[in-house]
Amino acid sequence: MAALAETIGKRALEAIHRMGRMTVFLYRSAAALFIPPYRVRRIVKQVHFIGVKSLFVIVLTAAFTGMVLGLQGYYTLRKFGSEGLLGSAVALSLIRELGPVLSALMVTGRAGSALTAEIGIMRIGEQIDSLESMGIDPVKFIVTPRLLGAVVSVPLLTAIFDVVGILGGYLVGVKLLGVNAGVFFGQMEASVEWKDVANGFVKSLIFGLIIAWVCTFKGYFTGRGAEGVSQSTTSAVVLSSVLILVSDYFLTSVLL
Amino acid sequence: MSDTSWVCEPCGLEALPAPEGKPAIRLVDVEKTLDGKKVLDGVTLDIPRQRITAIIGLSGAGKSVMLKHMIGLIRPERGQVLIDGVDISRLSRGELYKARRRFGMLFQGGALFDSLTVFENVAFPLQEKTEMGEGEIRKRVLARLAQVGLEEAQGKFPDELSGGMVRRVAFARAMVTDPEIILFDEPTTGLDPIIRNSILNLICHTYHQHGFTMVMISHDIPEIFQWSHYVVVLHDGKVVEAGPTAEVVRSVNPFVQQIIRGDITGPVHLM
Repeated sequence: MAALAETIGKRALEAIHRMGRMTVFLYRSAAALFIPPYRVRRIVKQVHFIGVKSLFVIVLTAAFTGMVLGLQGYYTLRKFGSEGLLGSAVALSLIRELGPVLSALMVTGRAGSALTAEIGIMRIGEQIDSLESMGIDPVKFIVTPRLLGAVVSVPLLTAIFDVVGILGGYLVGVKLLGVNAGVFFGQMEASVEWKDVANGFVKSLIFGLIIAWVCTFKGYFTGRGAEGVSQSTTSAVVLSSVLILVSDYFLTSVLL
Repeated sequence: MSDTSWVCEPCGLEALPAPEGKPAIRLVDVEKTLDGKKVLDGVTLDIPRQRITAIIGLSGAGKSVMLKHMIGLIRPERGQVLIDGVDISRLSRGELYKARRRFGMLFQGGALFDSLTVFENVAFPLQEKTEMGEGEIRKRVLARLAQVGLEEAQGKFPDELSGGMVRRVAFARAMVTDPEIILFDEPTTGLDPIIRNSILNLICHTYHQHGFTMVMISHDIPEIFQWSHYVVVLHDGKVVEAGPTAEVVRSVNPFVQQIIRGDITGPVHLM
């Protein structure tokens, strides 16, 4: 019994220690934003890497998500004779929930894993120590631009996801299944409020922060060798995805 | 025995006149435990100014950890790391970054930035940490690259270079800011004998040109004795011998003799 209590206590302390380290890391990365020199070029490079290079996968998943929503929504709503509400259903699902969450999960898989691997390789290749030895803060140099890059990119990608998803729903609902185009967009306009858009935006901002925070942390404190980087990359993707879904629930509860 | 009579055998160059004053680096009773193992166990050591000091010892003896303590990359649990009387292990992060401007460091694998060209890698510390203009930076970088014989490779990326070239670029980067102290973590490990000797020759000539204080971890025994003024022998986290090269080579300490000769029998049993 005592051994069990000891194990639980040890695990709890380790978890608290890890959370503390992550919090300090986030604070250091965010605080470095306000300390010159401001490396705008590096930030733009990260927006390009996280944002522009994720565009294809975002457009692709958004189109098919919208299309399947159109398909499922049409047949569900038809049971109640409410096919006219398809535009509202597709738009609200995407703007409030699916857009921010799926965009964030896609960015985690495509860019987040790459961030962890890249920083992890810099760690095991002593490039981070090398920066330290030159008197350059590696957190400011490596982590901060990526943090800002993700916080800027994810909301923009989410906006694109929403628009493409709605077009996918339009394609299936209107062009394929015969819902009136005017009704589709009219209902959408009537039901979607600015609050929905703002909530989606807030979610995507926070998800962007989670992705950059977790993935850079895991890379920065990676284990030894190739195996360490591989484990860090896996755990970064898993933890980011779980945190996105868990925080989505709590954010929805607060924002609704 | 004094080190002033020292002559670099391969180069035929004498040691620079011994400077007065405190040692460049002083470690006082430094202790460090990593992963439950005491890696440094009460290390007390002086690194002489404007001299080439070689640190030798078995793998896992604590050499790299000791080198990283000298530049503040690792903080000791106990003891002091004094640079001109200032304990760098007690400095804040900002103060430590300032103190590191006096250092250059060459890491084992070079630690070049993959996304930057050779020129950009060498220019990097100047662009980031000095107010120098682009023209001045260009001139300085090309001069350093010429010194290491790599002017032609300035546009190449690290993955296009051989192991020896990577070390030379890393060396050029380490000295581009004209530091007072340069630390080398195994600068010649894994290189063939000709490249190894050309890098050691380069280090020796650079020392005579600039008068840097140099500290070098090496496994190239006995070759390293030709190139270094002082030798420190580390074993199990402790300094077992330290002094001018000729004295260390003549040491009666059985550990030192075993390491120098590479004997499989002696006080150290690995298998």
